[in-house]
Amino acid sequence: MTWIFENWERFWEVTGVHLRLSVVPVLIGFLLAIPFGWWASRSQRARAVLFPFANVLFTIPSIALIVITPVLIGVKILDEINVIVPLTVYTVALMIRSVADALSAVPGNVIAAANAMGFRPLRRFLTVDFPLALPVTIAGLRVATVSNISMVSVGALVGLGGYGQLFTEGYQTDHTEKVLAGLIGTVVLAVLADGLLLLIGRLLTPWARAGR
Amino acid sequence: MGWLFDPANWSGSTGIPLRLLEHLGYTLLTLVIAALIAIPLGAFVGHTGKGGFVIVGLSNALRALPTTAVLILVVLWAGLGDFPVYVALVLLAIPPIMAGTYAGVRAVDPVTVDAARGVGMRESGVLLQVEIPNALPLIYGGFRGAALQVVATATIAAYTGAGGLGRLVFDGLALQDFGQMLAGAVLVALLAVLVDLGFAGLQKLTVSPGLRPVGTGGKR
Repeated sequence: MTWIFENWERFWEVTGVHLRLSVVPVLIGFLLAIPFGWWASRSQRARAVLFPFANVLFTIPSIALIVITPVLIGVKILDEINVIVPLTVYTVALMIRSVADALSAVPGNVIAAANAMGFRPLRRFLTVDFPLALPVTIAGLRVATVSNISMVSVGALVGLGGYGQLFTEGYQTDHTEKVLAGLIGTVVLAVLADGLLLLIGRLLTPWARAGR
Repeated sequence: MGWLFDPANWSGSTGIPLRLLEHLGYTLLTLVIAALIAIPLGAFVGHTGKGGFVIVGLSNALRALPTTAVLILVVLWAGLGDFPVYVALVLLAIPPIMAGTYAGVRAVDPVTVDAARGVGMRESGVLLQVEIPNALPLIYGGFRGAALQVVATATIAAYTGAGGLGRLVFDGLALQDFGQMLAGAVLVALLAVLVDLGFAGLQKLTVSPGLRPVGTGGKR
C-alpha cells in the first residue's frame, strides 16, 4: 500500500487513464447493443445468427484483438483506440444477450395492454419495454463494466496505459508493491463502478422492489 | 493467413500442434481444479441457504481481479513455470462456476425439494440426487462460461514465458510478425468454439431430458 501513497500523482494519472479506457467502451458498446438486442428479442432467426456470433467474438483473446486492431483500422500500436475498439466489441457481444433476454422477459400481457392503449412501437419501446427490461439489462452492464475494468490492463502488455503499466513495470523491475498497487486499484475501481450501477438501477426501477 | 498454413509451422517443439495441446492442457486441468473447488462450495451454500451474500460478493470481487496481475505476482513470488498460470486461471474460473452452481441449486423448485424430504431422503440425498441434477443446466451454464474465459485468457500465460497459443501472439509481437499473431488469435478462437461444442455435447448427454428448455412458442 505504501507505494500508492508515495507515488500518489502517478497513481492518480493511471487511474484516470484506466477509467477512461474502460468506461468509454461500455457506453459505446451498450448503445450499439440495444438495436441488436432488440432485433434478437423479436426474431428467432436473428437470435440464431447473433448469439453464436457474439460468443465467437467473446472468445477472441483480448491481447490478440488489441494487437490486431491497429493493423485492421490503420493506426499506431500505441494509440488508445486499440484498447477502446476491442473492449467495445466485447461489450457489444455481452450486452446483445443481456438486452435480448431482458426484452424477451417483459410479460406479454403488459405489451398487449400497451398495444391496446394505442402506444406506437417506438414510444412503447421507450416507455414500456425498455424500462421493464432495465433490471436484467443493468445486471449485464455490471458484468460488462467489471470485466472491462479488469481487461484494460491487458493493453499494457503492448505498452498502453492504465493500471496494467504498473503490472508490466513491476514485473520487469521485480517490484511486487507496484503490481499490488495496480491490482488494488483495479479491484477498488471495479467494486465502486459495480456499486454505482447497482445504485443507479435501484433508483431507476423503484417498482422492482415494491410489494416485497 | 500465410503463417497459419505454412507446413513449417506445423511440426517440432514450437509447432502449432504442440501449442494447441499445451493450451488445451492448461484449460482442462484449470477447469477440473476450479470445478472441484467451486461446485461443492456453491452447492453447499445453495442447499443450506446460508451465506449466499458471501458467495455473490466473493464471485464479484474475484471477477474484478485482473488475471495479468495475479499471474505476475505469483511469478514474482514463486518463480517462472506452469504453477503461476494455474493459480491465475483457476481464480478466473471459480466465480462463474460457483455462481452458476449456487443459482442452480437455489432455483430448484422448493416443492420438489420438499417432496424429496417427504419420501424420506437424507439431506445428502436431497442435495446429490435431487438438487444437483436439477441444477445441472445452470451449472453447465457457469462452467461453459468459465471454459470460454479460460481458453481466451490462457493466452496471457505466454507473457511470463509459459507455453500455449499465446506464444504465437507474443512471439509474433516481438518479431513484428503480424501473420503469427493473427494465427494465434484465430486458433484460440477456434479452440474456444470447439471446447464449448464439446461441453455442449456433454451437457446433452448428462442433463435429464425432463429439464430441457420447453419452447414458449408464439410470436410477440
